[in-house]
Amino acid sequence: MILYVISVGLSVTMGLMGFINLAHGVFAMAGGFILSALLGRYGAPFPVAVAAAFLFVAIGSIVLERLLYSRLYGSGELAQVLFSIGLILVSMASARMVFGDQAARVFLPDYLRGQLHFLGRDFPTYRVFIIVFSVLIVFGLWFGVERTRWGAMVRAAVDHRTMAQSVGINTRLLFMLTFALGSGLAGLGGALGADILPVQWAYPFEHLVYFLIVVAVGGLGTLRGPFIAALLIGIADTACKYWIPEFGAFLVYAATIAILLWRPMGLFGMRA
Amino acid sequence: MPAALQTEKLCKTFGALTVAQNVDFRLEAGARHALIGPNGAGKTTFVNMLTGALAPSSGRILMNGEDITKTRQAARVKLGLGRTFQITTLFRRLPVLDNVALAVAEREGIARHMWKAAGRHNAIKDEAMALLATLGLADDARTPAQDLPYGKQRLIEIAIALGLKPKVLLLDEPAAGVPSTESERILQVLDRLPSDIAILIIEHDMDLVFRFAKRITVLVQGEVLVEGPPVEIAHDRRVHQVYLGEQHHA
Amino acid sequence: MSGYTVDARIRWTEWIPFVVALAAFFLLPEYLALGARILIFILFALSLDLILGYAGIVTLGHSAFFGLGAYTAGILSAKLGITDAFVQLAAAAAAAALLGIATGAIILRTRALTLLMLTLAITAILLEVANKMSSVTGGADGLQGVVVAPILGLFRFDLYGKTAFLYCLAALFVGWWAVRRIIYSPFGAMLTGIRENGARMHAIGAPVYWRMVLIYTISATMAGIAGALIAQVNQFVGLNVLGLEPSGDLLVMLILGGVGRLYGAFVGPVIYLSVQDWLAKQYPEYWYFGVGALLITVVLFAPGGILGLFDKCLPLFRQKSSARPSAR
Repeated sequence: MILYVISVGLSVTMGLMGFINLAHGVFAMAGGFILSALLGRYGAPFPVAVAAAFLFVAIGSIVLERLLYSRLYGSGELAQVLFSIGLILVSMASARMVFGDQAARVFLPDYLRGQLHFLGRDFPTYRVFIIVFSVLIVFGLWFGVERTRWGAMVRAAVDHRTMAQSVGINTRLLFMLTFALGSGLAGLGGALGADILPVQWAYPFEHLVYFLIVVAVGGLGTLRGPFIAALLIGIADTACKYWIPEFGAFLVYAATIAILLWRPMGLFGMRA
Repeated sequence: MPAALQTEKLCKTFGALTVAQNVDFRLEAGARHALIGPNGAGKTTFVNMLTGALAPSSGRILMNGEDITKTRQAARVKLGLGRTFQITTLFRRLPVLDNVALAVAEREGIARHMWKAAGRHNAIKDEAMALLATLGLADDARTPAQDLPYGKQRLIEIAIALGLKPKVLLLDEPAAGVPSTESERILQVLDRLPSDIAILIIEHDMDLVFRFAKRITVLVQGEVLVEGPPVEIAHDRRVHQVYLGEQHHA
Repeated sequence: MSGYTVDARIRWTEWIPFVVALAAFFLLPEYLALGARILIFILFALSLDLILGYAGIVTLGHSAFFGLGAYTAGILSAKLGITDAFVQLAAAAAAAALLGIATGAIILRTRALTLLMLTLAITAILLEVANKMSSVTGGADGLQGVVVAPILGLFRFDLYGKTAFLYCLAALFVGWWAVRRIIYSPFGAMLTGIRENGARMHAIGAPVYWRMVLIYTISATMAGIAGALIAQVNQFVGLNVLGLEPSGDLLVMLILGGVGRLYGAFVGPVIYLSVQDWLAKQYPEYWYFGVGALLITVVLFAPGGILGLFDKCLPLFRQKSSARPSAR
């Protein structure tokens, strides 16, 4: 589910701006580090720290977008891929220099630790929290995109940028804000998931493939897509590791290939 | 005598939107045929179906009596169907000669060859140069296509299509966007096209249409309104209505 | 560089890389191991340039062919005792070609992100397979004992890497010659056409898909041979010949040198691997940072790579020295 929160931002950014941003994991990592720092060093309350992670990453991403990303909007796939790889390398190196090799430590507040007793089984509280939170985000996003004016503008711009511009939608501002939202979500995901997916310097690269799989399989520019995809991947991964441990991640990759061949635009992609 | 190109009850729908409806169309060998109609009539869609870039929802397309409805675009080109694009679709950064030579090489089947250098395939180069000469582009052979004025770029479009030695040529608004100072050249080129090629031209420029075409088909909202020689079309009241009606709304 | 207006005869400047390589052989005997590695990566980069620079296919999965070639040669030697260098090369080439045609036929029906994803997925699968089949591949410990019999019965792989270097140089020469032929041929012009305007290529009757599969297979074969070379030269195959890293590294090298320029594939690896050898061991974080920053800078300001910058500077030089023939 963490995969979802992180990846939905990527889906929106890539679907919206048509920008292949492999560096999305960087924002997640940043979120994780920020949360850890706030909780650990400054002793901030959990909700505040989480919100702060979201905000700081979002703002940071705006800076990056204005300075760097926006120059490459029309540049074609190769340039964007290379740029994002460069960004990953720079961030990973910086993270390593600043934080060393350790993973960010996250101290969960007491009310989120322990187990919940539910339907006769024990569930780790934190995981339940994450699932619930993710579902809330899904609804929030869905509501925002389908029902509000902002959402309508985003959808229009995704469909046809120049048309949207000629209708008076300020696409630059729109892109900037949406990118910020997407990256902020990544930061949020990284922060919340720090317990499950440890945040350390190699984070963006390690999980890059998974993020991309979730987005590509789910479908660019959609909200449901990554949700379902993340769900499927999570289930498949766990199931495989349980039943056929020799094959591990193998099945996930094979499934990805199969799905992408059947539906090249992703399960819910637009031009399928 | 089978038509060079023919459609039978050609239809195309996109969901609830019908873009072409029961279009019956005949292009005779050596024809000079124009397809006109108000904006949004479905002319480019029709051409896309003819070339195979778009699959029809129903109906048949025949070329020289052969059913090509299911034939792929590249195969239709091999059968002799050439087209130009309304929006200039050239190899912009490549020299003009290459633009045409690529087409000639495809036709001759040389494009697959990996041994001898392209620059030494003199037969291809000579033919491409000769073609450029007939269109007055010989001096620009080594210039990148994007560096030439728009009018010449439209001529390159035609040159590429001619390089395929087509039996049927579909010209999608060849003079579109060309300033009037340069359009005369295009008209001359059109006049001098080989008489054995069947040519269908889509145009909005009525002067060009009436100068060039021997038959005109009028397409309105995906359906054929009327078809006949220019004289008849010019006096047809329904055609006037369609165009005048347009002017009122515009 | 390809096309019908270009003169395809070999210019004297094109011999420079080989002259430099031979000079290095005689003047820098301590660096021959690094040198061989550079030569191998140049060959690898050439194979990528064929599809990236000429046909416009963006892939992060080229290491799949590289790794497959390496493991094929390695397994042939270490597990099956076949030590003839050329048999190993041929087997690696065949294996890579098969994988190339199989995967190419499937993935070249897609574009952009989907294609990229598929290439990633394929190389990831191969990595998993290599990891898990440790009885055959040596798994995470790597495949030891890759032995290559003396080449042509005469030249043994010596400790100083002399034979290895010359062997790789010879292979590179053949590869270079082949790539050059392809690029200057009508096929090469056609590839450029596909890259420049795919719609137009369709409209002139080119069977674009099959042509792309063909060049993809050729590229895969070359990459496979490069992989076999690295196995033969190192006498060892580790898991690091597969996966995202070699693909990513290679992409960076090629961009650095300049895509679609034939010699970008020479310049890039030389600079990248030399600097890496010097810096990365001492300051790994700075190395990554530097590469990343360099990449960003290149993409934003010098998309043609180093050779692209040369191209821009050349007119300035030409104004000073008038009648010198250009290096392109």
